[in-house]
Amino acid sequence: MQIVIASGKGGTGKSTVAANLAWSRAQAAPVTLVDCDVEEPNLHLFFPGGHTDTPVTRLVPAFDSERCTRCGDCGRFCRFGAIAVLKDRVLFFPEICHSCGGCALVCPNAAITERPISLGRIEERHPLPDLRLISGVMNEGEAVGIPVIQAAKEAAAGDATVILDSSPGTACPVIETVKGSDVCVLVTEATPFGLHDLKLAAEVVSSLGVPACVVINRSCGDEDETEAFCREQGLPVFLRIPFSREIAAVQNRGGLISRDLPGWQTAFAGLYEQVVSRVEVQR
Amino acid sequence: MSNNPVDIMKICVTAKGSGIDAQVEERFGRAPYFVFIDEESGDAQTVQNAGAGGAGGVGIKSAQTMVDNDAKVVITGQVGGNANSALSAAGIAVYEYRAGGSVKDAVAAYRAGTLARIL
Repeated sequence: MQIVIASGKGGTGKSTVAANLAWSRAQAAPVTLVDCDVEEPNLHLFFPGGHTDTPVTRLVPAFDSERCTRCGDCGRFCRFGAIAVLKDRVLFFPEICHSCGGCALVCPNAAITERPISLGRIEERHPLPDLRLISGVMNEGEAVGIPVIQAAKEAAAGDATVILDSSPGTACPVIETVKGSDVCVLVTEATPFGLHDLKLAAEVVSSLGVPACVVINRSCGDEDETEAFCREQGLPVFLRIPFSREIAAVQNRGGLISRDLPGWQTAFAGLYEQVVSRVEVQR
Repeated sequence: MSNNPVDIMKICVTAKGSGIDAQVEERFGRAPYFVFIDEESGDAQTVQNAGAGGAGGVGIKSAQTMVDNDAKVVITGQVGGNANSALSAAGIAVYEYRAGGSVKDAVAAYRAGTLARIL
């Protein structure tokens, strides 16, 4: 079972829902929580403690100056402008390179081989006997975090219950995280921006063929437009988290409402059951 | 690659249009046109910048165009970090022109020695 948490808009509470869902489920059965927001992973803030690191690398070209004739084919091929071929040498800009490997394929002199460079790391923590936390962390300055997301998902592959926390937005990192999941929980807030981005996220998730459901965070009871959209789209709203000072206070000190406030462990355990039933309904 | 002998000095001015009467474009990587001027003969040749609208790496692509066209001097308004690295490595001098005139005006100012070398 692979559950992905997404939102479109940032700051709606994806990580809150992911962390509490995982913590509640881990009271009953093993869970692997994966932080796929590799540009700014934050789930470890809920689960402080030591971790082990595994490096993530990507391949970039290495140029053999003996074989290279400075013909320029590699530079003309590179649509990202990562290679400049000067009269006497080749300049390579790894931060612009997308690791497509095309330069090595087009080189007529076999002067280009590929070498790994560091892109980020996978951090692993075990905050509870039945909770495994895997965090993808991209190096600062890197342009493309997709391989880190792939490595984080790979590290969790084969585990019985996997909860993925995606980055905000609807671009490549979100698509990479969502694809292949059994079900998606869309976390929204009942604001015009929240609804606008919920629509975009729902469309992406639907295009990827992943059934979805909705959690409304910071709920004030005036979410008619969000509810109308969810009805039209056949998206069940499984949980409302109220806009309350008590909840905010737990969050602000890095706490988990499912652990620290009465009733929320049951609420998130119930959310888990409903989310799983959503997969079964679709099947 | 150009067949010009390497001893001929060529100046490139980034431009909004074609030819020496075009207005100077202050951006290097995203300049729509490059006007190459042969310092001896005064002949001008315009090359359209195919990468002007690209998503990234445009500075490096433009620096490559300088290398391929044997420019030894570039006159422009500003140069980004990656283009800066590539132009330095290629030994191409960069002079700053921000007076808002034409390519012809910029070359005259360069010849008069009034432009600051920024690279």
